Amino acid sequence: MTAEENSGRAAPRPVLTVSGLSVQVATPEGAKTVVEDLSFTLNHGETLCLAGESGSGKSMTALAIMGLLPYPMARISAGSIRLADGTELAGASERALRKVRAMRISMIFQEPMTSLNPVMTIGRQLSEVLLEHKVCTRAEAPGRALELLRDVQITEAEKRLGQYPHELSGGMRQRVMIAIALACSPEILIADEPTTALDVTVQAEVLELIRALQREHGTTVLMITHDMGVVAEMADRVIVLRNGRQEEAAPVRTLFAAPETPYARELLDAVPRIGEAPARPAPDRVRHTVDVEDLSVRFPMRGGILNRVTAQLHAVEGVDFRIAPGETLALVGESGCGKSTIGKALLSLVPWQGSIRIDGQQMAGLSPRALKPIRRNVQMVFQDPGASLDARMTVGKQVAEPLVVHGLASGSELQDRVEWLFRRVGLPPDHMDRFPHEFSGGQRQRICIARALALRPKAIVADESVSALDVSVQARVLDLLRELQEEEGLAYLFISHDMAVIDQVADRVAVMNLGQIVETGSRDQVLRDPQHSYTRRLLSAVPIPDPTHLRPPVLPREGPVGSPVRPLGEDVTRFAMQEIAPGHWVADRAA
Amino acid sequence: MWAYLIRRIGESLLILLGISLVTFVLLYLVPADPARQIAGRSATAETVANIRAQLGLDQPFHIQYIRYLGNLLHGDLGRSYLQRTEVAELIEARMPATLLLMLAAIVVELILGLTIGAVAALKRNSALDQTLMVFSFVTISAPQFVVGILLLYVFAVQLQWFPIGGYGTFAHLVLPAVTIGLLGTGWYSRMMRSSMIDVLAQDYVRTARAKGLGRLRIILRHVAPNAILPIIAMIGIDIGLFMSGIVVVESVFGWPGIGQLAWQAIQRIDIPIIMGVTLVSACFIVLGNLIADLVAPLVDPRIKLK
Repeated sequence: MTAEENSGRAAPRPVLTVSGLSVQVATPEGAKTVVEDLSFTLNHGETLCLAGESGSGKSMTALAIMGLLPYPMARISAGSIRLADGTELAGASERALRKVRAMRISMIFQEPMTSLNPVMTIGRQLSEVLLEHKVCTRAEAPGRALELLRDVQITEAEKRLGQYPHELSGGMRQRVMIAIALACSPEILIADEPTTALDVTVQAEVLELIRALQREHGTTVLMITHDMGVVAEMADRVIVLRNGRQEEAAPVRTLFAAPETPYARELLDAVPRIGEAPARPAPDRVRHTVDVEDLSVRFPMRGGILNRVTAQLHAVEGVDFRIAPGETLALVGESGCGKSTIGKALLSLVPWQGSIRIDGQQMAGLSPRALKPIRRNVQMVFQDPGASLDARMTVGKQVAEPLVVHGLASGSELQDRVEWLFRRVGLPPDHMDRFPHEFSGGQRQRICIARALALRPKAIVADESVSALDVSVQARVLDLLRELQEEEGLAYLFISHDMAVIDQVADRVAVMNLGQIVETGSRDQVLRDPQHSYTRRLLSAVPIPDPTHLRPPVLPREGPVGSPVRPLGEDVTRFAMQEIAPGHWVADRAA
Repeated sequence: MWAYLIRRIGESLLILLGISLVTFVLLYLVPADPARQIAGRSATAETVANIRAQLGLDQPFHIQYIRYLGNLLHGDLGRSYLQRTEVAELIEARMPATLLLMLAAIVVELILGLTIGAVAALKRNSALDQTLMVFSFVTISAPQFVVGILLLYVFAVQLQWFPIGGYGTFAHLVLPAVTIGLLGTGWYSRMMRSSMIDVLAQDYVRTARAKGLGRLRIILRHVAPNAILPIIAMIGIDIGLFMSGIVVVESVFGWPGIGQLAWQAIQRIDIPIIMGVTLVSACFIVLGNLIADLVAPLVDPRIKLK
């Protein structure tokens, strides 16, 4: 809609001109150019998106504009960054930059969890910026801070002023960041992946807030994102970056309708879209690889003089599901809903109650020794491949380790088996002697998959396994997972917050809220015909990678958020499930 | 909060009980006879036996220990074998000197340590940073009696800026406080340096810069308060380190504190004094840790006492 407004308006008025910008980073191998000869103009009131995969230089460009490049590793090596009045920012002194920051250009960051000072109240972090730039007097600051919090639609704004960042949710913290950024009414707001770390429902709300504030204050937004759905939703114009160079620059509709460069086309094609994934062959449901009944995971919360358990966090409560060989069950839900805890329970990484049968073998009540051979049958692939590999061990040894631990292979047999696994996940076996840092994110995830496959498991828990990967890499890793599934008849428990990815991989979907399943059924039943209000709300928040499609506002939450914490002895009310169509179960609305 | 406090005090009492038992066992096993010490070399076996009976040293171990604990409950630490005075009185008389020294040493080590650490972190990898870190390494590794004697030689004997030993004026305090403080300085500067470097790389420091704040303000308001958090727990542990230092340092400087008292008592196997000083020191260590834990949530709002 803003695109039309722009064309109807007078000639675009540039507020920031970047020309020939190059940024170099010092590496042990010498200077590396991460942004090369980049030029663009930011016009008043518009939203320009810098889109690209990791390593494209998009964040470096934003930091260069703010003068916040990590010193002394990175520096602007050429080019100019000029504000409308001619102020040159490239190579400007810290003193000059301080006057520009917050006053003329503000920035919000990807990680709202870590971007606020943990030992300073929200109120003080807000008034600090006001006082620094003398926007108001010391006496007026608290009142102004409160107004700013109200502007960003934070609930219970007065209370927030005296609170510390850890008392606020991720979404609220990002709202506080936006309030700080807009405190001195800057002309330009740079948003560096502002919603990447947030739940999809919160993302939709924060994006809507940015749009509303932009309309109200006429702020120009430079948005940095890897998410083409967010691009489609927010941008007037897009610059696609790759390896520090501009690949394509176009108005958003033109780019999505007819990308000119092969890379932009590739990038757009790789974006998963809900409802476009082909139907999957029905798996054989005669037997079940994973059979979970009445699974509960409760974490004790202690207090009192004797530090006894006074309450319990009901992370997972009475969950049932089954996965057949070759079948993928996707678990979705917002952060904290218990989906990852279920994954951990399948591997007995957390204490659990109920019944878990893997390939027919009951895991409940077994000693660690008796559990060991059964555990082999279920393996996990984690979210962050960088953190789930030991940095000081060669990748070959790490893939071999499960085989050694279970005493399944040794000597040349071990060597052969590891080589085979490397080939199996599409890595050259001669890379076995390398260390994790020598691989890219996608390759590391392949190593993790090889490690998970080493024991020939019957089931794999994939906990946000592709969330940290770029879309093109993500698509290839998903292909690999599917291929392995078809060949080995693996059962997947696929945990993800990304609805579009789930749409691609899942046979069946289970939606979780507060530790319980609220809706479950086949992919088409749950994603195409959602019945529970929670599922509908989740789906309504998913950004659609199509700028011509206007996403309706996120559906409101039905009822209060609720808490999974209960005093000892008090149980969580379990939802009663009703089968509304064959295999499609929905929790009672009342629950 | 109150529940936490009560539980912690209960735990502390258990710790003190354990310490008293271990110390008592060790002293019981010492292959020297306190009664013989008191009676002197020329005394007859009968005199020695009399003294032993008088002090209750002929009783079995558990009776001796239980009697000691019973007296302890009434605040009675026993009588010194040789000085013929109540141990509690001896300790009480010498406590102010030790507390003064302790306070001065903590001030020295915090001021020097935090400043050196902060400067080193801000000038990371410079020649200044490396010099400061070598200095801190030297202060950590040098034995305190060597540092004490060295300081005495340079500042008291050669330069004559400070008195050679004794107690009474501020000038008397400087050298022993610096001797004890230097060891802590080394630890604190290293901790502060790594903590500062860690905090300087945090996202919220970048946010502070993006707000257009000045460098000094960022360091004082955003970096330092966060960098100091891990050090607070260290101060509690430090009191233990300090207690081990005073025995040596008070003897070197002739400082009339409980360290010196302990030193003299150890030489003469004056068991009640050794026990008393050990228990009082243990109380300080336990109290130091408790205070550090109670202060932590005041400085870091994320910490909740449970």
